[in-house]
Amino acid sequence: MNLQQVIESLDLKVLTRPRDFRRVVPTSGYASDLLSCVMAGAKNGGLWVTLQAHMNIVAVAALLETSAIIITEGARPEAAVIEKANEQEIILLSTSLPTFAVVGKLWEMGLRD
Amino acid sequence: MLTDANAKGITRVEELAYDLRINRVMSRGLQYLTPDTRMIDALELFRTNRISGAPVLDDGKLLGIVSMEDLIRALCDFEQYAVVGRYMSRHVLTVRESDPVIEAIQLFTKTGVGRLPVVDDNDKVVGMITKGDITRGVLNALQNDIQEEEMRRYRASHLFEDIVSDRTSLILRYTIKARDFTRGGHASANIKRALVRLGATPQIARRCGIAVYEAEINLIIHTLHGGTLRVQIDPKRILMNTVDDGPGIPDIDMAMQPGYSTATEEVRAMGFGAGMGLVNMQRCVDRLKLESMPGQGTRLEMEIQLSPAESFREGKTSEKEDSA
Repeated sequence: MNLQQVIESLDLKVLTRPRDFRRVVPTSGYASDLLSCVMAGAKNGGLWVTLQAHMNIVAVAALLETSAIIITEGARPEAAVIEKANEQEIILLSTSLPTFAVVGKLWEMGLRD
Repeated sequence: MLTDANAKGITRVEELAYDLRINRVMSRGLQYLTPDTRMIDALELFRTNRISGAPVLDDGKLLGIVSMEDLIRALCDFEQYAVVGRYMSRHVLTVRESDPVIEAIQLFTKTGVGRLPVVDDNDKVVGMITKGDITRGVLNALQNDIQEEEMRRYRASHLFEDIVSDRTSLILRYTIKARDFTRGGHASANIKRALVRLGATPQIARRCGIAVYEAEINLIIHTLHGGTLRVQIDPKRILMNTVDDGPGIPDIDMAMQPGYSTATEEVRAMGFGAGMGLVNMQRCVDRLKLESMPGQGTRLEMEIQLSPAESFREGKTSEKEDSA
């Protein structure tokens, strides 16, 4: 399952610079809004689902080499956050769906690690 | 076939398409035609300059473009002595020299044309761009990128070997401001990058990155006046410590409990204050020491020991003397 398929089937909005998302293949997933839990639990190269949208999600994702962040419930990061994400090569995606629904769909698509 | 290993490189190429400006890849030394040039002379211009198309300018104004296809049309009509004004393609698309290369790529893909005149901000034609120019420009930029990073890594990874002493350490210091959430993670990102360049394994860089991130965030959330973060990289270990001047921790055993937090509601709303910071640090390091006096400040010390395989290679005085 690649990120392009995730973006299409969940109808996600791409906030950062477009790239060829077919070449990004998430290997795991993690959902939490507490940054320390993400630090402790998320694996390298995984998808992170959160409703946080402030600058520190980029710092956490960069440290963990997260493949992409899905920001839920329509939370909108500021322009500076998107800029920082582009700089750090972090992909930011957004949806109006709640975290529970996003995780459910990812699970259905086969992301179960 | 695309593999994970080269996927990263391809992503960088795509990025370059957005970063590189057209004037960095276009061909200069503009070859152009005037409306009264004959087609046969256009052919000569193409042949001597080894190009397959040229803009038609009248007093600097862009009237059209003549390509190989236009030439062939004229030759089929036995009109090689006709003026280019008759056979040129009008309605020429242009790109701006200050635009990113992706603009040109998208136009090439959408329209199928092989070359585009490049104009400056006053709509004056300053050059031409072809797909070949883009390939060459991107490859050059990529080559520079790779050389730069390789050079940095090479220099950094030999730092401990190149500098001969009885005991070499590298010390990185960062001043962390209280409540400066937008810069949270800056210091730890720089530390992680430094470790990777020095040749640390990804696991060591990650453990160290997480430990110093949590320490950095603690200084931002909890201190009165911020504090300092210091990382000492020795060949066989990494020492990380923070010092601040208050407010201090009343009960350290309590602070070490998973889930215990004194963070305010406002800070928690941003996703901090899970009470997992110290727990995460402990998990990532081999030794952690926390000393604090309420009203005086807190001193945190962490150490990651490097196994022989993880150690930074050293240039030892004794060894050098032995071999000499």
